[in-house]
Amino acid sequence: MLAFIVKRVLLAIPSLLAISFLVFLVARLAPSGPVEIIAGDKATPAVVAQLKREYGLDKPVFAQYVNYVVGIATHGDLGKSFQRGGQPITEMLRTDFPVTAQLAWQALLFAIIVGIPTGILAALFHNSWFDRLAMLGVVALVSVPSIVLGPLLIMVLALHLRWLPIDGWSTPLHTLLPTVTLGARSAAMLARFMRSSLLDVLRQDYIRAAIAKGYSRGRAVWKHGLKNALLPVLTVMGTVFGALLSGSFVVETIFRVPGIGFESINSISKRDYPVIQGMALLVAVLYIVINIAIDVLYGVIDPRIRSQETPK
Amino acid sequence: MSKSTVSLSPSADAWRRLRRNPIAVVAGIYLVLLLTAALGANLFTRYAYDFQDTQRYLTNPSPPDHNHWFGTDDLGRDVFSRLLFGARVSLGVTAVVVVIEALVGISLGLFAGYRGGKTDLLLMRLTDIMFAFPDLLLAILLSAVVRSGSDALPGWLSLGTLFFALGVVGWPGMARLVRGQTLALREKEYIEAARATGVPERDILLRHLLPNLSGPIIVQVTQDVAAVILAEATLSFLNLGVQPPFPSWGRMIFSSLNDMAAKPYLLIVPSVALAMTVMAVNFLGDALRDAFDPRLRE
Repeated sequence: MLAFIVKRVLLAIPSLLAISFLVFLVARLAPSGPVEIIAGDKATPAVVAQLKREYGLDKPVFAQYVNYVVGIATHGDLGKSFQRGGQPITEMLRTDFPVTAQLAWQALLFAIIVGIPTGILAALFHNSWFDRLAMLGVVALVSVPSIVLGPLLIMVLALHLRWLPIDGWSTPLHTLLPTVTLGARSAAMLARFMRSSLLDVLRQDYIRAAIAKGYSRGRAVWKHGLKNALLPVLTVMGTVFGALLSGSFVVETIFRVPGIGFESINSISKRDYPVIQGMALLVAVLYIVINIAIDVLYGVIDPRIRSQETPK
Repeated sequence: MSKSTVSLSPSADAWRRLRRNPIAVVAGIYLVLLLTAALGANLFTRYAYDFQDTQRYLTNPSPPDHNHWFGTDDLGRDVFSRLLFGARVSLGVTAVVVVIEALVGISLGLFAGYRGGKTDLLLMRLTDIMFAFPDLLLAILLSAVVRSGSDALPGWLSLGTLFFALGVVGWPGMARLVRGQTLALREKEYIEAARATGVPERDILLRHLLPNLSGPIIVQVTQDVAAVILAEATLSFLNLGVQPPFPSWGRMIFSSLNDMAAKPYLLIVPSVALAMTVMAVNFLGDALRDAFDPRLRE
């Protein structure tokens, strides 16, 4: 088991380095440098040079990258913002990240509560009107992006019916629309996957054997089917989580939710690229860590995966 | 159950089954209409997409009337024109991106699958790295990083960033699919026969393998098209995609947010267009998958 975890972590390192280097390099390839922009047109060359020294931008790009990585590795230093009086980025993350985490967590919960039962019912009543309706709904939900769903929900529920607040993040009621907007697509993905997974299981011999043995269909599914059908669903959780992370950028922008997505998008127009870099890196690490966790969990639940991956 | 004994080629059979699927037919007709509207946008509209009708209309945005069927936006520009030219932008960007990623993905996948060995290993490690990250997130971060480092990007670079961000994340899916299928087909007798009779490798790849992969490739392309349309709209919504004055459905939606209580049509028009287009592509994709599924063949 330990070897399995170590292997997964080692495999993630090249992805992380590639992402961090790409993020780092691309910003430096841009036509006009950040220092020139914050200093303004009237700045003397001496001021520009002073600023460059302060932010370590006078060194060669590769040395800057090494410094950046070493800074993160030794004392978790992500650099400081170009704006906001040079506030450290780790400090900004401490206030913004919990908001995004709460949004993602609630959306995931919503997706599971809606998606999994829908998928199970659709599979149990395969080809019934419910199944057809649910699958039509799935394609519809997958096709309606959050940039359409969010504003439409605001228009109907907040502006016309006045049931819910338009935007912001101050009370639990405020979190309702962003949660639903973010979770809808994932709910559809989970429903579709749960359905096909359970349909596969229902065709297996051991289910037929259980029924032949005298189990009712419902009991056979409950005792043998669901557990086996839920296993593959766990593997798409990584994809679902990725969709939630990218979606949070959009949903936070629509509803003005003060999380890392909203903050990143805001920082773009302010050309505050250390902030973007830090947020991008955090999101990348988060995504990779979650995926490793899912893989490990999968290995814990299903011994076949473990024995496949680890050498004897 | 078939009346005749005439056997159909897989693609002819798929086409026949596709035509019998009502949802696929409706989706197909919608997409053909949309494509016509996008290509002929200058024929079907009365105003240029960036023309500001502020002489006749003193308060903008103005509601729909006989001059402007869908009203005007906050700068007095015709919403109908922007919708059709927006379709051109959306479909144009999508076409370029999907063609690039399909060409890269198919050729790398064919090559890796057929050759095997080190080429294959290298490609698979590369796709592993790419797969370690969700597509849209990577596109958002790439564009965000590029834009945060500079003042205003020149038009070509801005568009280039968009193509790059969307294209670079799309090809691994296609490469994996084609590689997997090629691996399975490589050992078939007809390929072995071709090899034994001295058919050059290029011909084996292009004339014996590729045609037999057309089904899965077409299905994958449809999925990519839906994904790229969505991604372009989302990036433009976040101001990371198509830049003004060019119209984009995503940006039209964003601009409507400030005044949606008073001017709901500014939100509804591009929203409906975007959702319907993605839905049509998805329905068509599902139907194509069924049509090409050999288990469902009659």
